[in-house]
Amino acid sequence: MSLITDYIGKPTSRVDGPAKVLGTAKYAAEFNVPNLLYGYVVSSPIAKGKITKIDSEKVRALPGVQEVFTHENVPNYAFLDRSYKDDVAPGGSPFRPLHDAEIKYSLQPVALIVADTFELARYAASILHIEYEEAAHETELTKHIDEAYEPGRGKTGYKPPKSRGNFGRGWKEGVAHMEGQFSHHAQHHNPMEMFASTVEWLGDKKLNIYDKTQGVFNSQQYVNKVFGLSKDQARVISKYTGGGFGSGLRPQYQLFMAVMASLQLERSVRVSLTRQQMFSFGHRPETLQHVALATAADGSLTGMNHFAVAETSQFEDFTENVVGWTGTLYDCKNVKLGYRLAKLDVFSPLDMRAPGAASGSIALEIAMDEMAYAAGLDPLEFRIRNYSDFDQAQNLPYSSKALRKCYAEGAAKFGWEQRTPEPGSMRDGNLLVGWGMGGGIWDASKQPAVVKASLDADGHLTVSSGTNDIGTGTYTIMTQIAAESMGLPIEAVTFVLGDTTLPESPLQGGSWTAASVGNSVVEACNKLGEALLKQAQKMDHATFKDAKIDDVQFVNGQMRLRTDLTQGIVLRDIVQASGEPKMEAENSTVLTKLEMLKPPKYSMHAHNAVFVEVKVDPDLMTVHVTRVVNAVAAGRIINPKTARSQVLGSVVWGISSALMEESVMDHRFGRYMNHNYAEYHVPVNADIHDIDVIFVNEEDDKVNPLGIKGIGEVGLLGVAAAVANAIYHATGKRVRDLPITIDKLL
Amino acid sequence: MNSFTFTQATAVEAAVQDKAAHEGAAYIGGGTNLIDLMKENVARPTHLIGLKNLGLDNIENTPDGGLRLGALATNADTAYHPEVEKRYPLLNQAILAGASPQLRNMATDGGNLMQRTRCYYFYDLATPCNKREPGSGCSAIGGYTRVHAILGTSEQCIATHPSDMCVALAALDATVRVSGPNGERTIAFEDFHRLPGNTPERDNNLEPGELITGLDLPAKGFEKNFSYLKLRDRTSYAFALVSVAATLELDGTTIKDARLALGGVAHKPWRDKAAEALLIGQPATADTFRRAAAKVLEGAKGQGTNNFKIELAKRAIVRALKQATEMNQALDATAFQNSNP
Ligand SMILES: Cc1cc2nc3c(=O)[nH]c(=O)nc-3n(C[C@H](O)[C@H](O)[C@H](O)COP(=O)(O)OP(=O)(O)OC[C@H]3O[C@@H](n4cnc5c(N)ncnc54)[C@H](O)[C@@H]3O)c2cc1C
Ligand code: SF4
Repeated sequence: MSLITDYIGKPTSRVDGPAKVLGTAKYAAEFNVPNLLYGYVVSSPIAKGKITKIDSEKVRALPGVQEVFTHENVPNYAFLDRSYKDDVAPGGSPFRPLHDAEIKYSLQPVALIVADTFELARYAASILHIEYEEAAHETELTKHIDEAYEPGRGKTGYKPPKSRGNFGRGWKEGVAHMEGQFSHHAQHHNPMEMFASTVEWLGDKKLNIYDKTQGVFNSQQYVNKVFGLSKDQARVISKYTGGGFGSGLRPQYQLFMAVMASLQLERSVRVSLTRQQMFSFGHRPETLQHVALATAADGSLTGMNHFAVAETSQFEDFTENVVGWTGTLYDCKNVKLGYRLAKLDVFSPLDMRAPGAASGSIALEIAMDEMAYAAGLDPLEFRIRNYSDFDQAQNLPYSSKALRKCYAEGAAKFGWEQRTPEPGSMRDGNLLVGWGMGGGIWDASKQPAVVKASLDADGHLTVSSGTNDIGTGTYTIMTQIAAESMGLPIEAVTFVLGDTTLPESPLQGGSWTAASVGNSVVEACNKLGEALLKQAQKMDHATFKDAKIDDVQFVNGQMRLRTDLTQGIVLRDIVQASGEPKMEAENSTVLTKLEMLKPPKYSMHAHNAVFVEVKVDPDLMTVHVTRVVNAVAAGRIINPKTARSQVLGSVVWGISSALMEESVMDHRFGRYMNHNYAEYHVPVNADIHDIDVIFVNEEDDKVNPLGIKGIGEVGLLGVAAAVANAIYHATGKRVRDLPITIDKLL
Repeated sequence: MNSFTFTQATAVEAAVQDKAAHEGAAYIGGGTNLIDLMKENVARPTHLIGLKNLGLDNIENTPDGGLRLGALATNADTAYHPEVEKRYPLLNQAILAGASPQLRNMATDGGNLMQRTRCYYFYDLATPCNKREPGSGCSAIGGYTRVHAILGTSEQCIATHPSDMCVALAALDATVRVSGPNGERTIAFEDFHRLPGNTPERDNNLEPGELITGLDLPAKGFEKNFSYLKLRDRTSYAFALVSVAATLELDGTTIKDARLALGGVAHKPWRDKAAEALLIGQPATADTFRRAAAKVLEGAKGQGTNNFKIELAKRAIVRALKQATEMNQALDATAFQNSNP
């Protein structure tokens, strides 16, 4: 029987859509609290050296300028590095804004001007006189490969890649081989909304902090530790986030500055960054990769070697899993993996959508295409022959793995069997047509999250957790899950997030929010259900007298007996009978935490397969991605509509990575030169044509009770490689340095 | 951005006088370039003179059969004006190949001529730039030169003029009408913009205080055989790596008259009359087009990261001329280049 309060798995429009469209959704820089002061950041023009002189007299003389903060007058807050470490800080010594005279990277913030208006602060910033003593900087990764080292410390959870078997032997056993160097440049997240913090001074060092972040608790604990404020003193709020892609995982320096200025001036202060300054912190690191593959006569992989060198800053070891996936995605006995970092005079890189995997999959999936050609096999057939039915890297069975279905359904939808393998063999009029494919693998993870469910006497359910929605659809899917769990119409449910006064939840990242918070929503609702049943039994309701929680069901606004669905009681009536304004329950994270301590029993991953068509002008070498089919196996899809949007966005980003996106560094200045939206190219509508998203059926009762794997990142994998492979198929040109701009094809 | 005063001028003469009366004053059209430059502190005018109320936004036929574009007509109104669409479709295509609908709705025709280079170093106060600060050096030379020139460069500056519209205006032999402290005058389009030479700070030959009042298009519009081909890093909303305005007058398959202008390759829209001469009187074939292309790029010099533009420009010229020739045939291979949503 289909019930009207069954929402899980149904395409559901965003519950926060109207607020966004009507402009009532407020972002960090839009809270116009009374008596607000405005901060403007001055950025360093040099990449390395020190500040020798700051002359702020002229600036201070401007009426309306409240203060000029530099390392000379910002008080020393916390002493230990530990205090500056946020939840996702890599190993090393975190950057401290306005701390000392040292310049560590170009665009480093060197001063904060606080004034009565934004315009005045901006003007003052343009006339602040600062002198520097320049030192030689190093920003060129290719020149530092030899000094690259294996990171001994990294982000929490970082594990160095593990080799297995003997690659040298596997290489010799092979009858066909490929070997290649791959590279891509740095990318900056550039979400639409720029970083901003509005700090409302409530008196007595009590602050409301409206922050652009992907995790309010992460920002809060940073502020607590750095400024010695209690949780009560620093409430962090972030109800809406105009895109994150990882950039909001770490507190950015405007948070420090706005809080510092507010505490110093005992006023409300806002600091927002400019688009140019969005290039002044973490980014996807430039990465150089080397891949060598060998196959036996039957096309089975006999050896795989994947080595990567990535940039990091001088002060932190930013690590990500670039090569590890190679040991999991395909079946091979002899796998050699290596990952190193090289220190440069840049800011520490930062997780960016599918961190590591997006980079690694570019090299691996282009290499797989090259290997397929060398082995004389169709690229899809080649992958199927090397299908991994057992995770050899972790030595564990998969909790579920429907990648075969991705291959089959994706290929069928795309029409892959009509592909002729010879490069340049397919045409559309004068245009060269190329078909390429790729795919990837991403972790299905889950973190402890606390959720509270509260039902009021009007029958309205409010479910809350301090998670975030960075545009992913969290508001909507949590509302769906809660509505179905409690058997209420979706209009009777509100999900509240983005506030440190709410139950604690992990930051939004790693594609884990749906699983982490979603399962907790169910748990909290179940507990509320138990409370409702108890209350109903007190009400002397004969029907439920001996009922256990498993005997009842919550549907269509009622609690009913499973054995006799005609017997029910309206939930609102139960709350009213309790005499309380509302009934509440919160889930416990004890079991989840215990579970995380135990060694895993299964390898839990989401997968995808991408098929891409490009059309290339044979003379001008302009490339258009005319068709993409992305088939994703990510467990249970809570909301096919928002999930599809996630994958669409991923495909667009994959096309961007393949064809246009790069932060271009002029090494003479150690500075990114295309630091604005006009020159940092991402696709526009005219670049994007047909995109088909398929969610293959994948049931998984092991990954977590709801069977969710998360779809925020997996859709990006293999897209850029598939575009590169399609270009090869169209033109016979193998470009291993992304983005593939027109000059590389001429 | 510094503080500035603002007057909305209501007469050309008053605007010119206002400019003379304020040191550091600037005219402002749509502001799509000037305001950006002010935000980046590249331009720091102390006084802005608004031109919107000058009554210079008309587009009208001239007695000699041409068309006059008011300097304050917006790029969008110009592109979609029925006379432009009918008689100067090259101009329509070139304008629509530029910027985005929002920008074209604001941008004015005068401002389009006056827009400054998109050289990354010009925009970034952290790097020396002769155009911004004469004598400080050119950071682009030896640096990242994707948007830089391959023709007519100097040791002082290798910037390009970024406009699309101006490439068409160069091909169409437009005339710039200006008003200044010394009265009115006209400037032939090819004499309007300059090469950088030793004075890269000067983009054009406008005298201090002069105001563009309009643009005159001669009667000949090449509405039958023309092409504006723009190659860039994405399909829309990016400046040209190379663009080509090509127009032909055909007598059967023989070229009777031709115009060829390039964008994205020089400090000014690059019109090459010697190459045009190689086309005139010749059959409209790929060979002819290749000879003309080779001629245009004869003296071209790559700057490193932009070396590819030399070959790209050659191919673009051949393609644009081919498109202009085959106007009425199916343009399958170029469907994408010319889609400008
Ligand atoms: C992101 C972006 C992308 C763009 N892409 C393209 C593109 O692809 N192709 C392209 O061609 N253009 C492009 N443009 C540039 C756009 O076309 C110009 O900014 C616009 O044409 C300038 O016109 P305006 O009226 O806004 O000029 P304003 O910004 O008002 O003025 C520019 C300059 O002209 C002067 N000026 C204005 N009017 C007059 C006058 N009547 N007489 C004398 N001086 C005057 C001003 O003093 C100022 O120095 C782009 C712009 C942006 C911001
Ligand atoms: S090319 Fe011209 S505009 Fe660019 S840095 Fe050199 S002098 Fe300046």
